[in-house]
Amino acid sequence: MKKKTMSKNFRSKLITFGIVIAAYLIMQILIGTGNVSSLLKGLLVPLCIYAILAVSLNLTVGILGELSLGHAGFMCVGAFTSAFFSCCVKESGMPPALRFFLAILIGALSAGVFGILIGIPVLRLKGDYLAIVTLAFGEIIKNLVNILYVGRDENGFHVSFTNSLSLNLSDQGQVIINGAQGITGTPSDSNFTVGVLLLLVTLFIVLNLIHSRDGRAIMSIRDNTIAAESVGINVTKYKILAFAVSAALAGVAGVLYAHNLSVLSATSKNFGYNMSIMILVFVVLGGIGSTRGALVASVLLTLLPELLRGLNDYRMLIYAVVLILMMLFNWAPRCIEWREKIMHRIKGRGKETKEADV
Amino acid sequence: MSFLQYLISGISLGSVYALIALGYTMVYGIAKMLNFAHGDVIMVGAFTTYTVCSTMGLPPLLGVLAAVVLCTLLGMLIEKVAYKPLRKASSPLAVLITAIGVSYLLQNVALLIFGGNAKSFTSVLSVGSLKLFDGQLLITGETIVTILVCLVIIVVLMLFINKTKAGQAMLAVSEDKGAAQLMGINVNATIALTFAIGSALAAVAGVLLCSAYPTLTPYTGSMPGIKAFVAAVFGGIGSIPGAFIGGILLGIIEIFGKAYISSQMADTIVFAVLIIVLLFKPTGLLGKNIQEKV
Amino acid sequence: MKKMKKLLSVVVASAMVLAMAGCGNNGDGGSAGNSSAAGTGGSSASGDVFKIGGIGPLTGEAAIYGVNVRNAAQIAVDEINAAGGANGYMLELNFQDDEHDAEKAVNAYNSLKDWGAQVILGAVTSTPCIAVTEETMKDNMFQLTPSGSAVDCAKYDNNFRVCFSDPDQGAASAQYIGEHALAQKVAVIYDSSTVYSSGIYESFVKGAESQSFEIVCAEAFTADSKTDFSVQLQKAKDAGAELVFLPIYYQEASLILQQAAAADYAPLFFGVDGMDGILGVANFDTSLAEGVMLLTPFAADAQDEMTQKFVSTYVEKFGDTPNQFAADAYDGVYAIKAAIEQSGATPGMSVSDLCEAMKTGITSITLDGLTGAGITWDASGNPGKAPKAVKIEGGVYVAM
Repeated sequence: MKKKTMSKNFRSKLITFGIVIAAYLIMQILIGTGNVSSLLKGLLVPLCIYAILAVSLNLTVGILGELSLGHAGFMCVGAFTSAFFSCCVKESGMPPALRFFLAILIGALSAGVFGILIGIPVLRLKGDYLAIVTLAFGEIIKNLVNILYVGRDENGFHVSFTNSLSLNLSDQGQVIINGAQGITGTPSDSNFTVGVLLLLVTLFIVLNLIHSRDGRAIMSIRDNTIAAESVGINVTKYKILAFAVSAALAGVAGVLYAHNLSVLSATSKNFGYNMSIMILVFVVLGGIGSTRGALVASVLLTLLPELLRGLNDYRMLIYAVVLILMMLFNWAPRCIEWREKIMHRIKGRGKETKEADV
Repeated sequence: MSFLQYLISGISLGSVYALIALGYTMVYGIAKMLNFAHGDVIMVGAFTTYTVCSTMGLPPLLGVLAAVVLCTLLGMLIEKVAYKPLRKASSPLAVLITAIGVSYLLQNVALLIFGGNAKSFTSVLSVGSLKLFDGQLLITGETIVTILVCLVIIVVLMLFINKTKAGQAMLAVSEDKGAAQLMGINVNATIALTFAIGSALAAVAGVLLCSAYPTLTPYTGSMPGIKAFVAAVFGGIGSIPGAFIGGILLGIIEIFGKAYISSQMADTIVFAVLIIVLLFKPTGLLGKNIQEKV
Repeated sequence: MKKMKKLLSVVVASAMVLAMAGCGNNGDGGSAGNSSAAGTGGSSASGDVFKIGGIGPLTGEAAIYGVNVRNAAQIAVDEINAAGGANGYMLELNFQDDEHDAEKAVNAYNSLKDWGAQVILGAVTSTPCIAVTEETMKDNMFQLTPSGSAVDCAKYDNNFRVCFSDPDQGAASAQYIGEHALAQKVAVIYDSSTVYSSGIYESFVKGAESQSFEIVCAEAFTADSKTDFSVQLQKAKDAGAELVFLPIYYQEASLILQQAAAADYAPLFFGVDGMDGILGVANFDTSLAEGVMLLTPFAADAQDEMTQKFVSTYVEKFGDTPNQFAADAYDGVYAIKAAIEQSGATPGMSVSDLCEAMKTGITSITLDGLTGAGITWDASGNPGKAPKAVKIEGGVYVAM
């Protein structure tokens, strides 16, 4: 029995990796033969970013079972720390590959540290209260970044929370983080290959964590905290572990984001609660807890508004309607029943439906 | 003197948050769902009044009435189409996401109908402002009315919930849907009624929000919606007096933060205070502590 | 249940791949929504029209700016086509939504490239615009932003703009207030969460150093708390400010005016181009704006024939009064036309050649537009035009 589940997990993992690699190869072939539109080419890195975000949030929401509405805050931390680093060393002659590698590490680490710092107080709360506190932290991060001014001159770094004038930079000085305007001129190091590699690393980390001893401990906390505690599971430790890994991976997505566009500023659209909610939509639409579902949903919902560009003014309206319909289709008990009936008919045989779904 | 004026400004802003938070908390308390579209129902209410009063030139009372009726119907429609099919879904998050979808939908419909240009909302109230100490202190008529409306709503809601049959049914549903059904309560009708009341409150909140702060765009409701959600959690979500206290406190903290710490950090301060309060009182100021059993 | 989901995800994934491939195959125009290509008729094959791609927010909180730009650009394109086009070639406009987001702006740009855009009019707002400049620089495509006012919006030599840059506006305002001795004590209320407002604020502070007045109070607000300004006004009042400088957009300004009036605080209000449009806010009590001064190159109710014609066409077509952004976009399209004619460019040229031709073309034209007479451009991309100071009197702008 045990052996069977192991191999099943392994197969499931392989399928997930297979989908990503296959999508990557297909895209590379299409690009090679010149069959890909500029729009799609430009979307490849964002798709990886959102997929990483969805997979990482799924760890918190689906596996740990805590609702987080501040995921974009960690992305913000990763984006700004890494972009800051890249801008600082841009002219030092460091090879771009090494610079980007270090940027990724810095982004992941700083977001992870934030994850731990925020996780310690937050994870003591439950349910909707936890959700609102993560939202609050996310907003605080966004708001602080928006009034953060950092400049550099020959005397070192200057930091201010009011405006760039109060940095008192010398004439050679240069403002690196300029409040609401953020960071301009980040080197565009992100590309599709790096994005897919990072996505694969993310999947590797998350899937291995889920199917490890630690992962089972985390899931037992989700299913029944008190029971988990009573069998000797260190609830706080595992909660923070899951939360921090999830945050660090969001930081990686932030690094990709920051190095994909030449301008980085924290708005409610990209690093505020709107984005956090958007990522949550990916996770829930994908079927909470299902890594592959999160992956597919993020790709689908990122492409959808772009494919709807032809509808002009009705674009976002249709997007909202499609989102509601997809949610109903995926989640409403009646729709599930109906879908299963259809499945029965197609397969021509009954099957066990009450299977634990991870 | 400026301290008093800031306090009054804080109460003004807070009373609007409180009014919105009442609707939030009402729906949450009974249906146990965060209705992210609540802020946008507020916007619909404000636009209805705007259309009736400013475009068609009808009297304000009619405008408010139209907003209440339309929002009530809209709330019931949303509940029926978007939320009810998901009530028995395996995760409560499903309905949260649909609510977000509804929120996008309402914003974009309003954008198509009214355009993105800000409209100036004419206050539906014709009460003057109260000036004290030779005009050094100013309390606007909107503030006084908003607070009175809040208090009336609180009293009426409490009476309704505690004294009427429908209200008791709501309480029962909020405690245990299954058991309520067994006792012969029509759960679906009760939840629909909750949404109807919540949306009617949203309409009133929309009208008063825009009377106090008179710009109206399709996105008018979203930020006050989030702030009111924070206020509701602050006071203990599900608690009606809690929503009022949470709203008022939130307004005062926001204004004092702006006045005495930094005008750029007002929201940071609000959120920081929220976090601190929740860390010490994990279910908000007036929230009930829930004992968890294995 | 699990199998069902697995199957569903496989189906969806393969559908996506197909969609992607499909998207790739008809990349040339398939995804472009062409409803805005009015005026060109069906006659034009690609090759004898100039394809102008517009980028700006059509949905979201900044939608009003993008919609104004799109509408006004369409008016200009229609007019030019009706008058025989640019160099005898028709213009075609395709405007894409960027939701006021840098990433979406790049997506919009890429989809315009697929459509075959040769010139970019946009992006409308600063941050998305900076993101797009990076892309147009790589492709060497000519880009003219109507209203991207941040310095970096005209960073590369293929980027030009119609509006003033933020530092110019702040410095000009400080200079105007100082030279006309409008006040001794000045307060500033600005939006620290937008690039536009904080940029003007900083240059205003710099400009004020050499002027005779003193900035007694500078208070900010953010996008998340822009309804209640009582604190900012109270502080300005307590500091004894005689003039309040408002480098912000008119929606917030209208609230500030209302709240100041309610609090019996009546300093002189001084705005910049973002303030323009305040009289057009539907249902706004314009008596509140009485005496407000602003430095703006465009006023919707100016009396000259050109402005009146533009405004009436706009109102007739779109049922709304155009604002500053619309005027910038209108001038932008005419600048593109003039640059094309000056350089003798043809639609058959490659994007890069066209860009080189227009780059030199635009620096040698002089445009009499809605936003100023005799506008010229230099290689830095900034327009040379004089800001006009106007004062609101009796509900209309009066030149000072």
